[in-house]
Amino acid sequence: MPENQVLVEIKDLHTYFFLAEGVVRAVDGVDLVIKRRQTLGVVGESGCGKSITSLSLLRLIPPPGRITQGEILYYKPSAGDNGSVDVINITALNPNGREIRDIRGNQISMVFQEPMTAMSPVRTVGQQIIEAIMLHQKVNKAEARKRAIEMLARVKMPKPERTIDDYPFQLSGGMRQRAVIAMALSCHPHLLIADEPTTALDVTTEAQILDLMRSLQNELGMAIMYITHNLGVVAEMAEEVAVMYLGKVVEQTDVKTIFLEPLHPYTQGLLSSIPRLDESIMRGEKRRRLQMIKGMVPDPYTRLKGCPFHPRCPKVIGDVCDQVEPASIWVRPGHMVRCHLYAEAVKSGPAPSH
Amino acid sequence: MSGFLSIFKGKQQEPGAEVQAPSAQTKDERFYRAGQWQLVWWKFRRHRLANFAMIVLGILYFIAAFAEFVSPYDPLHRFKDFSAKPPSVIYIRDTEGRLRLPFVYGAIRARDPVTMRPVYKEDTTRIYPIKLFVRGDEYKFWGLFPSDLHLFGTGDPQMPLFILGSDHLGRDVLSRIFYGARISLTVGLIGVFLSFILGLVLGGLAGYFGGLVDEAVMRIIDVLVSLPAIPLWMALAAALPQDWPQLRTYFYVTIILSILGWTSLARVVRGKMLSLREEDYVMSAKLDGESEWQIIARYMLPGFTSYIIVSLTMAIPGMILGETALSFLGIGLHPPTISWGVMLQDAQNVQTIAQLPWLLTPVVFVITAVLMFNFLGDGLRDAADPYVT
Amino acid sequence: MLSYIIGRLLRMIPQVFLISILAFIIVQLPPGDYLTEHLNRLRQSGASIDQAEVERFTKMYGLDQPMHIQYLKWITNIVTRGSFGYSFEWQKPVNEVIVGRIGTTFVIAFLSFVVCWSLAIPIGIYVAVRQYSLADYFFTFLGFIGLATPGFLLALVIMYVAYTYFGIRVGGLFSPEFETQPWSWAKFVDLLSHLWLPVLILAIGGTANLIRTMRATMLDELRKQYVMVARAKGLSEFAVLLRYPVRIAINPILSTFGWLLVWFFSGGMVVEIVLNLNTAGPVLWRSLMRQDMYMAGAYIVIIGTLTALGSLISDILLAIVDPRIRFGSMEGL
Repeated sequence: MPENQVLVEIKDLHTYFFLAEGVVRAVDGVDLVIKRRQTLGVVGESGCGKSITSLSLLRLIPPPGRITQGEILYYKPSAGDNGSVDVINITALNPNGREIRDIRGNQISMVFQEPMTAMSPVRTVGQQIIEAIMLHQKVNKAEARKRAIEMLARVKMPKPERTIDDYPFQLSGGMRQRAVIAMALSCHPHLLIADEPTTALDVTTEAQILDLMRSLQNELGMAIMYITHNLGVVAEMAEEVAVMYLGKVVEQTDVKTIFLEPLHPYTQGLLSSIPRLDESIMRGEKRRRLQMIKGMVPDPYTRLKGCPFHPRCPKVIGDVCDQVEPASIWVRPGHMVRCHLYAEAVKSGPAPSH
Repeated sequence: MSGFLSIFKGKQQEPGAEVQAPSAQTKDERFYRAGQWQLVWWKFRRHRLANFAMIVLGILYFIAAFAEFVSPYDPLHRFKDFSAKPPSVIYIRDTEGRLRLPFVYGAIRARDPVTMRPVYKEDTTRIYPIKLFVRGDEYKFWGLFPSDLHLFGTGDPQMPLFILGSDHLGRDVLSRIFYGARISLTVGLIGVFLSFILGLVLGGLAGYFGGLVDEAVMRIIDVLVSLPAIPLWMALAAALPQDWPQLRTYFYVTIILSILGWTSLARVVRGKMLSLREEDYVMSAKLDGESEWQIIARYMLPGFTSYIIVSLTMAIPGMILGETALSFLGIGLHPPTISWGVMLQDAQNVQTIAQLPWLLTPVVFVITAVLMFNFLGDGLRDAADPYVT
Repeated sequence: MLSYIIGRLLRMIPQVFLISILAFIIVQLPPGDYLTEHLNRLRQSGASIDQAEVERFTKMYGLDQPMHIQYLKWITNIVTRGSFGYSFEWQKPVNEVIVGRIGTTFVIAFLSFVVCWSLAIPIGIYVAVRQYSLADYFFTFLGFIGLATPGFLLALVIMYVAYTYFGIRVGGLFSPEFETQPWSWAKFVDLLSHLWLPVLILAIGGTANLIRTMRATMLDELRKQYVMVARAKGLSEFAVLLRYPVRIAINPILSTFGWLLVWFFSGGMVVEIVLNLNTAGPVLWRSLMRQDMYMAGAYIVIIGTLTALGSLISDILLAIVDPRIRFGSMEGL
């Protein structure tokens, strides 16, 4: 299978929520590309639309939310693994229909933030995993159970033959997240969407789970869309990073560049608000005050004129940033930023070449 | 999901999003500074159905409080010539097609030759306008101030106004409903008040002291709860002697109704006490050396007053229905006491209902009152829940 | 699980014992006793009194002895011989009077229960899934009305409507022509044609209640993350609902099995009186009014015991359907 082949392409996605209080533009024109076997980290504050983007991908947007514009193309690798693909327009599918359900949990699966509530407390871990296997693979119950145990062993669940008959509340948080990951991977998906899967866990468990996900990615050869607000985790997991702010991707590039050469003032702000051990302790310097981004995310109902970040931006250009919305600028192939600061430097560069 | 949920939950702090209150926030200041009750009240005002219910209940209780004045007649006044009269039809246009202020026609009484029951025919030659502030039956307002002023009526004893008809004895049903509201609507309040005291004291003791006290109270509750309400009420009410004075019977009926009511409140109070004991702020008060009673009064009680108010409101309709059922069966209150249940005693068999269907009108009032209390309770519950905005 | 059931059973015994004491106290509350009054009435009417008979009763129930002895005699008779004493009003043993009537009451309660569950569960699920839809508002409104209208008022209104507009006289268990006939298919059909009304009236209040419970718990569960996880697995919406939120939201409903039956049983009393059914309710009413103490006591004890038994069944059912209770985990409850 060619390495750099595109698996999912999100084009100009808009997902809005129509509430009594107003319209929430949760996702407001997102472009993203996920390549095979690659990990894309999606970073942003709460409410920036990163989770809604991922739910849109599986057509799991709950009402009153709706995809209003844009498309999501899934380049489905064909069964023979001969490199040919079927292109499926996910946005065109019926959200409760057969086709999208064949994709969910089978081709693209998802791990959520809260392992504590991700499984029904009244059914055993095994019942819930076996259900997923039998849904997508033509196997009988005994075989499905065997595969479930295998999968539990793969996620390094201790005593998988016994744990499979446990109820979720009998497991610890870390064990539960392992079970949830086993469930998500039970059908060997091409893409795993991980929505802050370690936020609820303690640091040691977090490290174990991250480690586990990386090794499973290698074993199964899947792509991962890793959603987080934790830049440290991104540095560890991702090859490509997209930074989101208020429903838009404001910067996207490879992981190295984002840390060494961030362009968007928001990305810069995010990076300088991380506490750094090396500066304060290792070098024995006078402690630096953490930089923070001033202000708060504006309330979700208002739509700002111009660049959505301008009220908080330290480098705001008067009469430009609060008037004109910046377009995507390719400062060089593989590095996109949406910011007026770079409009002069590079006139709207070439589109990315896949 | 975090992002999705947080849209509805509000903003969370995350790296890079350190909060520095911008100037635009001052409009929210009032909201953040408001006390607990202010918040509850604001939330309650938004609950339209509950506000509506509050207004309706306000009207009903106003009627109950000023029944002497609001009722057109004395509820025991028998208009001998107008027994079993159907509700008066109110006209605003007379036979010649002229518009006038609301009026009723006179009535001519005859007897059905077969059934020998009174039948009434309108006498369109006699017109009795409905007047406000008319003089009529004398009464002592709240048993203190003698008067004969009534809010409305024909003011003419020749043709009384029977908006909801009259009963077998010629008594005005509407006036009886208004007076009955006094009993029917207060039974719930007083019953709830008694339940409240019993529940608070016993539940509080059980929850605060735990151990043997707790065990004893919980066993009593178990037994009381396993006795179904209606049969228990029936059994207890049947034990009340028929010859007791009205007020005494009334008081005992409320006690009977509250015998079961306190258990649920006691459970809530106990549970809250038990969980609040573990709260950090109670612990810190203990460490500050405050006395037990201070802790209970100052820190623990405010923690569940909203719960108490809600569960009390929800308990009232059950008691109103209980009184109605008991009086209806003739084992609670009985004439000459007037309550909605007592009035329904007259409507026990099919024949009566078929001939005098207006005797069923207390049903409408019972259901309205109960329904409104349910709406009010629902609104209060939503408003008092600090975790739902 | 077994130890849970045994523990629960053991807790029930003192409860039932206390209920019997309470029942006895309640029936003794009115001043005077039935026997004395009954004898007085007989004397006044000049009827002859079998003195031996009176003495036999007095001795048998310890009527001339202090309360606690009377209670002990009474409860011993119930426990050892299953005999609830003698009804002075009916002039025969209480057991003979109540067995058949309790049976009918039970049939009515059971049918109401079946109607209630089979309406409330699907409607509750539907209105929760379609929250704020027209159907939701409709059933919420109906639910409130159902809650605010006690069965006996509903019965009154239905009687009025049926009589005035359809000329039907509802009430009773049988049409007059079947009243005294032996059991036959026709009599059975006649019974059914009379039963549906009390069953419906009783079921309405319970259904309103259950729809509310089902809707509320269902809405709670629908918000849980595992629902989204199940959807993300690729299950159809129907399977998601049935296997996940419904599977949990139905637990509190299943546990109503125990007490709902008894609730219909006792709540039906006033309805039965209004509809003039020859069942348990009216008999209890009369015995209370006439101070027929053993009859009244028997009813209270039986209903109290049934209620205790019902909540026992409810608890056991809940432990069976909900592993969190079985394993003593409080998480998410």
